[in-house]
Amino acid sequence: MITRDVTIRNRAGLHTRPAAAIVKLAAKYKAEFWIEKDGVEINGKSIIGVMTLAAEQGSTLSLRFEGPDEGAFAEAMAQLFESAFGEPT
Amino acid sequence: MTDQTAQTRQEVKLRGIPGAPGIVIGPVYLHRKHDPAITARTITPGEVNRELDRFLQSVERSKKELTKIFDFAEKKLGADQSQIFEAQLMILDDPTLFDAIRKRLLKERKNVEVLIQEEFGKYHEMLLASKDEYARARADDLDDVRNRILRNLQDEKLVSRIDGSRIIVSPNLAAADALIFSRNDVLAYVTEVGGATSHMALLARALKIPAVVGVHQVATLVKPDDTVIVDGYNGLVILHPTPESIRHFEKKQEQYHSFEETLSALRDLPAETLDGHRVHLAANIELAQELDFIKVQGADGIGLYRSESLLLGRELFPSEDEQYEEYRRIAEAVFPKHAIIRTFDIGGDKFMAAAVRENNPFLGWRGIRVMLDRPRLFLDQLRAILRASTLKNLAVMFPMVTSIKEVQLAKQLLTQAKDDLRARGIAFDDAIKIGVMIEVPGAAIIADHLAREVNFLSIGTNDLIQYLLAVDRGNDIVSDLFQEFHPAVIRFLRRIIERGKQEHAWVGLCGEMAGDPMATLLLLGLGLDEFSVVPTVLPEIKKIIRSVHFTEAKHIAERVLTMQSEDEIKAFLRHMMKLKFPEIPIG
Repeated sequence: MITRDVTIRNRAGLHTRPAAAIVKLAAKYKAEFWIEKDGVEINGKSIIGVMTLAAEQGSTLSLRFEGPDEGAFAEAMAQLFESAFGEPT
Repeated sequence: MTDQTAQTRQEVKLRGIPGAPGIVIGPVYLHRKHDPAITARTITPGEVNRELDRFLQSVERSKKELTKIFDFAEKKLGADQSQIFEAQLMILDDPTLFDAIRKRLLKERKNVEVLIQEEFGKYHEMLLASKDEYARARADDLDDVRNRILRNLQDEKLVSRIDGSRIIVSPNLAAADALIFSRNDVLAYVTEVGGATSHMALLARALKIPAVVGVHQVATLVKPDDTVIVDGYNGLVILHPTPESIRHFEKKQEQYHSFEETLSALRDLPAETLDGHRVHLAANIELAQELDFIKVQGADGIGLYRSESLLLGRELFPSEDEQYEEYRRIAEAVFPKHAIIRTFDIGGDKFMAAAVRENNPFLGWRGIRVMLDRPRLFLDQLRAILRASTLKNLAVMFPMVTSIKEVQLAKQLLTQAKDDLRARGIAFDDAIKIGVMIEVPGAAIIADHLAREVNFLSIGTNDLIQYLLAVDRGNDIVSDLFQEFHPAVIRFLRRIIERGKQEHAWVGLCGEMAGDPMATLLLLGLGLDEFSVVPTVLPEIKKIIRSVHFTEAKHIAERVLTMQSEDEIKAFLRHMMKLKFPEIPIG
């Protein structure tokens, strides 16, 4: 199991487009993927779950990966967050 | 029975809000959005598999429908504006949601309709409880997906194929459905909900299909295949039209067509009276696609660009760069003429209805009020406008202003935006003109004070009349009290124009009244500096202005100011128009 803490960097926060980007990336990996915010944990492969997090700019999320390809998965996902989903920061 | 038949055949004129221009006459296709009626059932253990199949099939069918809609939206509107449909499609693949429904079906043996309702409901509640406006607005997307699955469960097909040319009439046509219908030969859209800047109206304009929105009760008053007249210029829908009405509108249709030819001679001539009084005759636009059209129509630039049209089909405010591209395109297209960019006018019935629930949105959080509460968004927009202003032909205008303080705060933010750009070494027009909309009676009363703060005032009569006369023109019961020619309105207009000019601000009018031929002589005589009108009526208004003496128009205005009722004023103006312009159709 790998955990990573990430920060929402883009100005608009985790709205539909970034949520879709996260779920699309997650679908490429076998490992399970969970996102925790303020004590609430959701399945990171669920678009509705990610959308309902409604994470704003500056909020911190804890990502948890568990499965065969967890290393590569965690790396790719952390990069996506770091890139601010390609949106204005 | 015979009485009833006679009654239903009587012509009915319904007033709505002009959504997209054009006049059509044709048969109705009545569309009702599915309103799921759900009854709870218990599933026997033997039925579980069949129920599961039914569920999976309905999801598959929904996916097919949405895929079509998404592909079509991408082609017609581009990637940005079709995002919402892609997200809806992903919801149909959501593992958590569907596992929960599957598990509960096996365990609780409730019918899937109930389970779908409950599972979607959970997320719906969570989204609505969010502090984030965008998240709350997404609750509507969830509803759309849920309703789509429920409809497919009940084996009702999405009807998106219609025979022949039809006018689509619907209580609540969703943008997605309007889009999918447009693959057919849609003559026009008529909906009960929506305002001039609703997604539905903007979509119709992008698709170049006439539309009237906000027509109360229309779907209960028409029957399939009824012949109706839709006048998208004036927001009129006529049911059971008499042969005379049909002839009248066919003639209007022809007139509009022939205007382009016969009046094209006017295109390069100024809007100037016979005795040399020159006014600005500008166009109101919402979409950059309209830019070519206003050139053809011979506009003196753009008197109102509704920047909120940039939000069409998207859930996010466009970035500074995206906005800059758009404003730059407009500035270049109209150069050397000017364009007035109105900052986002959201709220009221526009865009945020689902996100912020207010009892009385027209008296609520809208226009400049929203933007002053969201300074970062406001600064993005102001910087984008400034960056696009280097040709020195852009002006910025603030909507829904009610006090000096608001103007001062907005101007401070504009100064801050300028400082930001200076620090970044980016060029802009430091002398960019600033204006405010006068659309609230309070603002009209302090028009002289406001005028000292800015370079121009622009009167928004649509809202001003509603607020002044306390009439919601979308409310059938009182809509005939919405009177453009009410003496109080005329006095108010005179006051705003006089006070503005005293303080050396120029005064324009960008409400529908500016494009009403019956009001042209009056407004001209009141001393209005700029008429900003929908592009379609521009040549007609120019023709009127070019055919009179300013002194004559002033006399007409003086006469009107002595009159005590709208009826008297209208009769007088109609008479003047008939006398001078028998060929121009007036309402």
